[in-house]
Amino acid sequence: MSEHGVIASGAFNPPIPERRVDAAPSAADPVTKLVNGFFEWFGDLGIFCWKVLRAAVTPPYEWRELIRQLDEVGSKSFPLIALAGAAIGVIISLEARYSLTRFGAKSMFPATLVYSVIQVMGPIITGLIVSGRVGAGMGAELASMKVSEQIDAIEASAINPYRLLATTRILACILMLPLLTLATDASGLLTGWFAQTLVEPLSFHQFIDAGFHGATFSSFLPQTFKTAVYGLIIGTIACFQGMRTRGGAEGVGRAATNSVVIASLFVILADVVLVKLILVVFP
Amino acid sequence: MAAANDIAMKQEEPQHDGQAPVIVVEDLRKAFGIHKVLDGINLSVNRGETLAVLGRSGTGKSVLLRLIIGLETPDFGSIRIHGQSIAGLAIDQMGEIRKKMGFLFQHAALYDSLTVAGNVAFPLEHHRRELSKSERSDRVKQLLAEVGMEGNLEKMPSDISGGMQKRVGLARALALEPEILLLDEPTAGLDPISSGEIDDLILKLQHERQMASIVVTHDLHSAKTIANRLALLDQGNVVIEGSFKDLQGSDVEFVKEFLKQS
Repeated sequence: MSEHGVIASGAFNPPIPERRVDAAPSAADPVTKLVNGFFEWFGDLGIFCWKVLRAAVTPPYEWRELIRQLDEVGSKSFPLIALAGAAIGVIISLEARYSLTRFGAKSMFPATLVYSVIQVMGPIITGLIVSGRVGAGMGAELASMKVSEQIDAIEASAINPYRLLATTRILACILMLPLLTLATDASGLLTGWFAQTLVEPLSFHQFIDAGFHGATFSSFLPQTFKTAVYGLIIGTIACFQGMRTRGGAEGVGRAATNSVVIASLFVILADVVLVKLILVVFP
Repeated sequence: MAAANDIAMKQEEPQHDGQAPVIVVEDLRKAFGIHKVLDGINLSVNRGETLAVLGRSGTGKSVLLRLIIGLETPDFGSIRIHGQSIAGLAIDQMGEIRKKMGFLFQHAALYDSLTVAGNVAFPLEHHRRELSKSERSDRVKQLLAEVGMEGNLEKMPSDISGGMQKRVGLARALALEPEILLLDEPTAGLDPISSGEIDDLILKLQHERQMASIVVTHDLHSAKTIANRLALLDQGNVVIEGSFKDLQGSDVEFVKEFLKQS
């Protein structure tokens, strides 16, 4: 049952009529194809999500594979995430100091850096970097398995590939994204403070005090945990693109590219929606 | 080869003791777009019997196996395994049936991130969790010894030849002691000596385990060696089914041409 829900049987299902190939092609065909392709993609994604959800809630659970994926998504992304966070911290520090000095608001620097990193840049940069690294890797790995029939071999061995491959990866992304975001934030704040201290000495304690003055958990936690939604998007798109690949090496390349592009696009769109939602729920 | 012929002669009359066929395919049809691949296939396989499905490239032989194991969905017709229809089964329900089946892919489809031993252990790790680590390891060694690969446990699939990969694939297919064995072009791409070795191996395993087997091949010599019955496909239909002698005695032009060219 790898593709369809129901098998036709016996006398109850007539043969599928042959498609007519003698009809003249119309000018609307490319547009029709595009529109059909668009809806087919979303339809297939919906079916995929349903199969993954069903597999996720029925045992046996693939704990060992989940732990392996947590390491793959989390630990192995950490160096890149930390580096990206460090770069963001320095950039925001330089830009913010210049702007705030112009408007006579230098004292606002710690809060500006903290809020910029934790509420805005940290989550989105983490999402986009993980989308690139993990999305491409997962998409390519699963695509390669698909074209070499390894996924079919898993299914032929009476193991649910949606449970073993997709559920574990998606869950790993959901769990690891908030933690990686914290790493980005910490790295960004550290290097941002360091960049500021080089110009105008400020103890780290003072910096944290000033930066988090008046802040509550609701100022930062929703923004951090919204990245779990990014993880859901990245894992789902990468697994979906990988497991439906056709076409050999070219197909693998296409799956990897599409995983990154589509996941990144959906992460950005989700951020727009989630920012608004957070502002409404946590005013 | 003499030993293989002895076994083949003994297998010409498989003993199924009047039991119902293990695999029954009725009026099976499958098309990909407008291209009809199977157009009303009927066949059955009993316990202890090997059916070779022959035909030209692109006649749907591999598709037939994929339909039987449930990797494809037919457009029409029915497939019954031990009397149970596989129509409409969810993936986990189909999994229960697949535990009784072993499938050897045409290109072995080994997991390239696992060693040879890891590949064979994979189904055991998921379905024989009651086995201890050492019991599983012993079973893996035993399976690899049966296929002549006991000295390659820690090698990766990319480090071994195509013939060796097929042997490992066969060991993996036998890991859960299946009652049904499906083999997709087991000797494709192999030299004559390696092909003969794979044929001998299949014969030996069949003689020992009495599985219901379907072997898809375009190699007539291999089919003659390992199969009790042969079915020749053309344009989505079974043109003839029977022993090799039946094929030789056929007046159908396509059959004569196929035998002549093989």
